[in-house]
Amino acid sequence: MKSLGSIRRDFAPWTDPNAKPYIQFENVTKKFGDFTAVNNLSLTIFEREFFALLGASGCGKSTLLRMLAGFEEPTAGRILLDGQDLRGIPPYRRPVNMMFQSYALFPHMSVEKNIAFGLKQEGMPAPDIEKRVAEMLKLVKLEQFAKRKPHQLSGGQRQRVALARSVAKRPKVLLLDEPLGALDKKLREETQFELMDLQQNLGLTFVVVTHDQEEAMTMADRIAIIDKGEVMQVATPAEVYEAPSSRFVAHFVGNVNMFEGKVAERAANTTRITGSTGAQIVVENSTDTKAGSDIVFAIRPEKIKVSSKKPADAVNALEGEVYDIAYLGDMTVYHVRLDDGQIIRASALNAARVTEDPLTWNDRAWVSFRPDAGVVLTR
Amino acid sequence: MSNIAITDAGPSTAAKPMLTRLATGFVSRLVIIVPYLWLLFFFFIPFIIVFKISLSQSAIAMPPYTPVLDFTDGISGFFAGFRELSFDNYVWLTQDALYVKAYVTSVIIAAISTILTLLVGFPIAYGMARAPATIRPTLLMLVILPFWTSFLIRVYAWIGILKPEGLLNQLLLSLNIIDQPLIILNTYTAIFIGIVYSYLPFMVLPLYSSLEKMDYTLIEAAKDLGCPPTAAFWKITFPLSLPGVIAGCLLVFIPAVGEFVIPDLLGGSQTLMIGKTLWNEFFSNRDWPVSSAVAVILLLLLIVPIMLFQQAQARAQEEGK
Repeated sequence: MKSLGSIRRDFAPWTDPNAKPYIQFENVTKKFGDFTAVNNLSLTIFEREFFALLGASGCGKSTLLRMLAGFEEPTAGRILLDGQDLRGIPPYRRPVNMMFQSYALFPHMSVEKNIAFGLKQEGMPAPDIEKRVAEMLKLVKLEQFAKRKPHQLSGGQRQRVALARSVAKRPKVLLLDEPLGALDKKLREETQFELMDLQQNLGLTFVVVTHDQEEAMTMADRIAIIDKGEVMQVATPAEVYEAPSSRFVAHFVGNVNMFEGKVAERAANTTRITGSTGAQIVVENSTDTKAGSDIVFAIRPEKIKVSSKKPADAVNALEGEVYDIAYLGDMTVYHVRLDDGQIIRASALNAARVTEDPLTWNDRAWVSFRPDAGVVLTR
Repeated sequence: MSNIAITDAGPSTAAKPMLTRLATGFVSRLVIIVPYLWLLFFFFIPFIIVFKISLSQSAIAMPPYTPVLDFTDGISGFFAGFRELSFDNYVWLTQDALYVKAYVTSVIIAAISTILTLLVGFPIAYGMARAPATIRPTLLMLVILPFWTSFLIRVYAWIGILKPEGLLNQLLLSLNIIDQPLIILNTYTAIFIGIVYSYLPFMVLPLYSSLEKMDYTLIEAAKDLGCPPTAAFWKITFPLSLPGVIAGCLLVFIPAVGEFVIPDLLGGSQTLMIGKTLWNEFFSNRDWPVSSAVAVILLLLLIVPIMLFQQAQARAQEEGK
């Protein structure tokens, strides 16, 4: 049996119809004046899940997070946490904590006072607070910075303090608003894995808001793609990438080639598509389509093979000319202009140091792909 | 090291940076000198003159004190004058209970007025800082607007409001809230009202600037961590506005101690403040030496809060924000 990508963990409550949802957004709408930030949105998140809300800025993903934290109330619909309706519960009584994008560290308090702040609020006895703070400092490797003020720390260290402060209370859900946004690339990559380990070790439910697809793909169990206040798709990173549900998602995550066309013939397992310029391709059935309907075939660049001769066994092969080449070291990206004018982006992993089929600008070339290499999209 | 540099670069190129360095050094030093000159001419020298007069004796003459310390009797006459200087006026100030009482009441009145101004000013500043960014400049303008009218006229206007047959009493009487006019004018209450009104902008502006800088997500973070709004105010907002509170309080307290116009116009003859005492000594008694001594003591009294103010400012600057 074929499977989409790799599933990282043996954890998939969303496939279990009997699993109890932990966080539920039920037909939630949020309006700011005339502007609809969130539009009739429903979403289910499970306990101990690492859930990412992915979207461009202004798509409403942060509003969702702020509604969960209690800083905004939904205009319509309701939000449930562990079965409890959150409406009317102020932020300081919600069992969720948030890590702010700006970190929002209290500038007049030392690192340890920042971490202890939430614990003091819930009236934890002083010796316990001390123990918990020490534990948190150890967790984020900042033991020797306990007495420092936030302005005496680097960006990465501040991020760790913010993280320690938000998990110190052991919230039911940790909300992270662009947690790695202010870090440089290298630090960001390191921290991604640290966040994942932390979530595993503490067994918390994480809801992270990000505009960085790589970040969401790396860390999350499931991703919700948000656009204009609506959910476009909720799926695992592999599903989002390999089986996008719409053109928007296919375009939003990664690079993609789109063949516009009509269904010419539908057989038991395969569909023959006539492209808008006449080219014929055969693809595996992935969507319910009828002959004659307008569709789009979406295929990722790395699933397309570029060669100087037509591969003998290829089901789908289209001829064109090499238009552009970008050598990136680990891989090479080809832009091939097909004879019908469409430009195809294909990438080849440079698995060997030398290539047996060198291609250069303006060479005639064939692009080929398997029938199951892409998906048929109807919307 | 320098040898290598010179042989490498050649003497002509090495000499040039030296000269420019000297020139910039001179210019930057000149810039520093300006405020010192200002302080010397407009603060230190006048202070020395006042101090000298405070050590002289009152006389029916022109100017009304002796010795004058001039060169009409030559240089020896100038130095002979020094022998006549004495601290008698300062001794006199401690012996007459009036002065001590005036100092003490001035400090107390200034302190109470400062606290009242803070209580009135903080909500105003907070409201301004939380107002939509588009209307903040207008609000700021409204706070500064009273300065466009003469301070004296505004204080006079309060007489019209506070006097027994004034606007306030007329209003309260017509609303049947009171049946006897309130006696506010010529009491300490009127002084408090006058000082709070006149110095409010000095409190609001520094408070506003420190509250406006504050990141509102800090309050959200505090709430998120389980802190109800009132507690969040005392744990986050207030401590972070402390530089503004200190600056505002000192900007009100320091001039309020020496305030003369408000106690004179609104406080009447029954109230005692050092500014008024000083004025009486100078204009009614024509006793320049004693009034100078009063002024010198007042200055010393104020230097303590001024120093505190500067320390607080230096600390705020060190904090980096």
